[in-house]
Amino acid sequence: MREVAFDDVVKAVRDIILHCGTDLPQDTYDALVTAMETEASPVSKEVIRQILENADIAKDEKRPLCQDTGLAVFFVNIGDEVKINGGLLRDAINQGTEQGYTDAYLRASTCEPFSRANLKDTVGYNLPAIIHFDIVAGDKIDIEYAAKGGGSENVSRAKVFPPAAGKDGIVEYVKEVISDAGGNPCPPITIGVGIGGTFEKACISSKHALFRDIGSHNEDPEMDELEQRILVEINKLGIGAMGMGGTKTALAVHIESNPCHIASLPVSVNVQCHSSRHTHITI
Amino acid sequence: MASYTFTTPLTSEDTKQLVAGDTVLLNGTIYTARDAAHKRLVDLIEAGEELPFDLEGSIIYFVGPTPPKPGDPIGSAGPTTSYRMDSFSPTMLKNGSKGMIGKGKRDQGVKDACVEYDGIYFGATGGAGALLGKQITSAEVIAYPELGPEAIRKITVKEFPVTVINDTKGNDLYQMGRAQYEVKD
Repeated sequence: MREVAFDDVVKAVRDIILHCGTDLPQDTYDALVTAMETEASPVSKEVIRQILENADIAKDEKRPLCQDTGLAVFFVNIGDEVKINGGLLRDAINQGTEQGYTDAYLRASTCEPFSRANLKDTVGYNLPAIIHFDIVAGDKIDIEYAAKGGGSENVSRAKVFPPAAGKDGIVEYVKEVISDAGGNPCPPITIGVGIGGTFEKACISSKHALFRDIGSHNEDPEMDELEQRILVEINKLGIGAMGMGGTKTALAVHIESNPCHIASLPVSVNVQCHSSRHTHITI
Repeated sequence: MASYTFTTPLTSEDTKQLVAGDTVLLNGTIYTARDAAHKRLVDLIEAGEELPFDLEGSIIYFVGPTPPKPGDPIGSAGPTTSYRMDSFSPTMLKNGSKGMIGKGKRDQGVKDACVEYDGIYFGATGGAGALLGKQITSAEVIAYPELGPEAIRKITVKEFPVTVINDTKGNDLYQMGRAQYEVKD
């Protein structure tokens, strides 16, 4: 059994939150450069130029990329041969989140659902983090992190279709969701599509799909083809950067597909803004 | 599409020149307010009570900034999604405010109020919080500090870049831009 100190997990989580708050990941930056070069609308081109200039300022001056520094979302794979010394893994991730958001001057965006109170003593400093755990073989802890903003989360949707809806039904549904969203989720966006499983499995899969690097291909050739098909259709909508009209509404479509019930075809569409702050570490 | 530089407060003479798609650099004083602050302001207006600042000619920025680093007036400060303020904005415009800065589409009520009261809905680039925060040279919480990032701040901006989305003639840049680039099969 490998032993990992509680404090080492806290520090690792703090460090990735600090980094992600100010440094746009290279995959996202590169995709935005390509989008700027190929965007047909001069207005949208200028918007993407500002987005890239913003990323440069944020990195150089260590300023948050966006004032919506998100809720902290984690996917954690813990090896069955690892033991945390000194506390619970969940507590370590939450402590690291609090330290990261505090030390980087990130905004506390967590509040109570009805009073909307945003108080340290009721909900903590941007706590609790949203954590999805899984247990895997081995002696490592794998932590994927993303800062998830509210504007793009607000346009996300899920629906359980009858099986006959098939791929055509999914393509039309994603188009409908993104068309209704317009400029609200801060395009150019990344679109996570969760297919199959149960209702909640589709939702979690659509979230996890957003953690994949932009520009990478789906390992399943059939899903890869469906991703490309949806991307082409989305970019025909004309929404453009920040909804101002253009040809680059989405940077990528990522699908995660699961086996599902013979009666159902669950589909979830989770949207990420152009500031796709995500990273991955192994402890 | 023309480019302008304006200093607040704005007048109807200023706003009537602007057309959807124009770019504007704003200078001067602007007030920040989001969901909770709008609710309080509109409640005060309806009760006939005094507001924490003068609405006449004012521009309201929909933003909840990050905390400032030591020595900075404000942290990152890009626009939040505007539709959540749709039910409040017509009242603000009716009572003298001349403009709003946010991101994302507005409802017909806001567009109609822009026409009726010579208001402008400006879009700033969402997610460009570091860039936009640097154009803010001073910031002071003037009301509702208990709302944290949602408190009302009086801020001074210098060459703050915005684009006209909804003008005083009823035009909508989002609809115009999308119609131009939509590919119909």
